[in-house]
Amino acid sequence: MDTLRILIVDDEPGIRTAIARALRHYRVTLPEFHADFAVTLDQAATGEEALEKIAADPPDLMLLDHKLPGMSGVDVLERLAEQKAQVLTLMITAYASLETAVNATRRGAYNFLAKPFTPDELKAAIFEAVKHLAVQRQARRLADERRRVRFEFLSVVAHELKAPTSAIEGYLQMLQDRTLGNDLSAYGMVLDRALFRLDSMRKLLADLLDLTRIESGQKRRELQEVDVQDVARGAVELAAEQGAPRGITVTLTDGEPVSMQADRGEIELILANLLSNALKYNRDGGRIDVTIRRLVDKVELRVADTGIGLSDEDKARLFGEFVRVKNEQTRHIEGSGLGLSIVRKLANLYGGETGVQSELGVGSCFWVRV
Amino acid sequence: MNQTSQDKLSGTGCTVLLVDDDEDFLFQASTRLRHDGYTVLEAQGQAAAEELLPTAQFDVAVLDLMMEHMDSGFVLCHRIKRKHPKVPVLLVTGVVGETGLEFDASTAEERRWIRADVLLAKPVRYEQLKGEIERLRALS
Repeated sequence: MDTLRILIVDDEPGIRTAIARALRHYRVTLPEFHADFAVTLDQAATGEEALEKIAADPPDLMLLDHKLPGMSGVDVLERLAEQKAQVLTLMITAYASLETAVNATRRGAYNFLAKPFTPDELKAAIFEAVKHLAVQRQARRLADERRRVRFEFLSVVAHELKAPTSAIEGYLQMLQDRTLGNDLSAYGMVLDRALFRLDSMRKLLADLLDLTRIESGQKRRELQEVDVQDVARGAVELAAEQGAPRGITVTLTDGEPVSMQADRGEIELILANLLSNALKYNRDGGRIDVTIRRLVDKVELRVADTGIGLSDEDKARLFGEFVRVKNEQTRHIEGSGLGLSIVRKLANLYGGETGVQSELGVGSCFWVRV
Repeated sequence: MNQTSQDKLSGTGCTVLLVDDDEDFLFQASTRLRHDGYTVLEAQGQAAAEELLPTAQFDVAVLDLMMEHMDSGFVLCHRIKRKHPKVPVLLVTGVVGETGLEFDASTAEERRWIRADVLLAKPVRYEQLKGEIERLRALS
């Protein structure tokens, strides 16, 4: 439970006591914010005293009488604004004229409470103010969280680029130092590995661009009638070419055209990412089966492979960013770890779902419903 | 063999145990060390190194810190020092730069718990690696 510290500023002791009595056991519960506040109270008889207390220990909420001896309630707000010390304020006023209202809100008061008020009116006004506070706090927390996630993402990207960079640098140094002699033919392995690492860097950069385009919403989406079966035909042809050297057959299950409102490029990207994984993690001579079918209100894309399969633990975290399954069998398989995260983000654009069924050593079947 | 490569063969008679899960680092470092006359025992990871340890004889060990486990290098370090107390160990790590986890092997106190004789931050340049190996050989 959080505490909500309220400062009551009024020159009439009777009012301060009445407010204190009304709020003594008041608790503010906001289930939608998972917030529960217990009220603690402090009092000040003048504007000057209030400013002193705020400077020493700022409260969460201030009930401020408009008409005070010495400096007025509006003067207090003005002083606080000068000091850039914001305190959420409920202005108490006996004569709630429009002029006072405008004047006080312009100086930062959040709301009004017209004298005389009942304990219930007081509580209702405080409830609204606390809700406002809770929204502000939650917004701040979300902004912090977003900053943290972005920072983490950037440091992982930096790390992912650093490893191939130093590997390539090492290979180039071997060439520069003629480590293996002056005959270029001795450097076949050196050049192959350097090009391989460069290629995976290029793929990482391409995936990053895809991801940022989806996330920023910068790419214009062109929604039109698309035959997903037709898109799959193209994707399967491409994958079949890539799989041929390893004897992997890629087939599209025959079916009627399945049309939906979609951006063709996005559907292509989903299939390309799923097929790229199905090829990478397949065994030589394996199979990939692609099936497109209409469900009640969605279209399902399934890509089934005869690859190494997944453990339950890996299944659970697989759609996250930079997640790659690491074991003896995947050691030599390169990837950015962004492919499935891209697939999930694209599916989300359609209010869709993603999932996987898999058995270790038998194969995996990834599905997307959009 | 011509004169220039003769000069570089500083590693003759020295066997280096090289353990890293990074295939490229392993290939680059072992190729260059062999070129400079060293004998190199390679292991790609902690498990592979543990298989080698019971029978392997070597004069210097170069270990990556984070392999299968966060502390693979530390574990191997302890094993090696227990069996071959006199063999110098270089621990290579990217940890300091990446996680902000800071440690050093420059004082006796630190060497007591880390057990490695030298810590090198990744990426390691070959000249630096070779320099450290030579320095430790001269000391032992």
